[in-house]
Amino acid sequence: MIKSELIQRIGTANPHLYQRDVERIVNTILEEIIAALARGDRVELRGFGAFTVKHRAARQGRNPRTGETVFVEEKYVPFFKTGKELRERLNRDYEVSVSSMSTGEG
Amino acid sequence: MTGKTLTRADLAEAVFQKVGLPRNESADLVELVLKEISRSLERGSPVKLSSFGSFGIREKNERIGRNPKTGEEVPITPRRVLVFRASNIMKERVNTTLTKKNAAS
Repeated sequence: MIKSELIQRIGTANPHLYQRDVERIVNTILEEIIAALARGDRVELRGFGAFTVKHRAARQGRNPRTGETVFVEEKYVPFFKTGKELRERLNRDYEVSVSSMSTGEG
Repeated sequence: MTGKTLTRADLAEAVFQKVGLPRNESADLVELVLKEISRSLERGSPVKLSSFGSFGIREKNERIGRNPKTGEEVPITPRRVLVFRASNIMKERVNTTLTKKNAAS
C-alpha cells in the first residue's frame, strides 16, 4: 500500500470528506511525527509502535572498497519499535500457515 | 532535546488545528490511519509512505535461542517482524535539526 492508496481507503470510509481534506489529514499526521522527532521528542502510539530518535556517536569508519580510514560524524537517526499488539497481529495467521505448510496440510 | 512524548491525542489535536474537523472526528481519523496501515501489514503487504518512510515485513526462519537466565536452549518459532525504514527526508530533518541544536548548546 502506498500513500495514495491509504488516502483512498480513508476517503472511502468517510464519504462526507473532500479528497483534499483526507490528503491533509494523512499528511498532517505524518508531518507531526517527523516534526516531533526533529525536536528530539518521541511519538508513542500504543498497540501500533513508537517512533524515537537514536544517537550514534562519532566513530572511525572504513571505506570497505579502499580500506581507507574515514571519520564518521555523530548523527541522530529515526527508529521505530513495533508495538505489542501489532507484532502479535502480524503473526496471528502466519504461525498457523507455516505449521500447516510443514505438515503438508491446509 | 525536550524529551517529550507525543501520543494519539497530540496527532488528533494537530488534525483538529490544521484541518478544522471536530476533535472527536480528528481522533477517529488518526485511529483509522493507524488501523489501515496495520491491516495492510497484517495481510503481508508493505506500506510505503513517500517522504515519510516505509514499513516492510521480514520473514524469520526458526532458530535456536537460549534462555539467558538458565542457559537452556529453546526453539524460536518462525515469525514475521516489522521493519521501518525512514525516508531520506525524515532522516535528514531529524539529523540536521538535532545536531545543530546540540552544537548551539
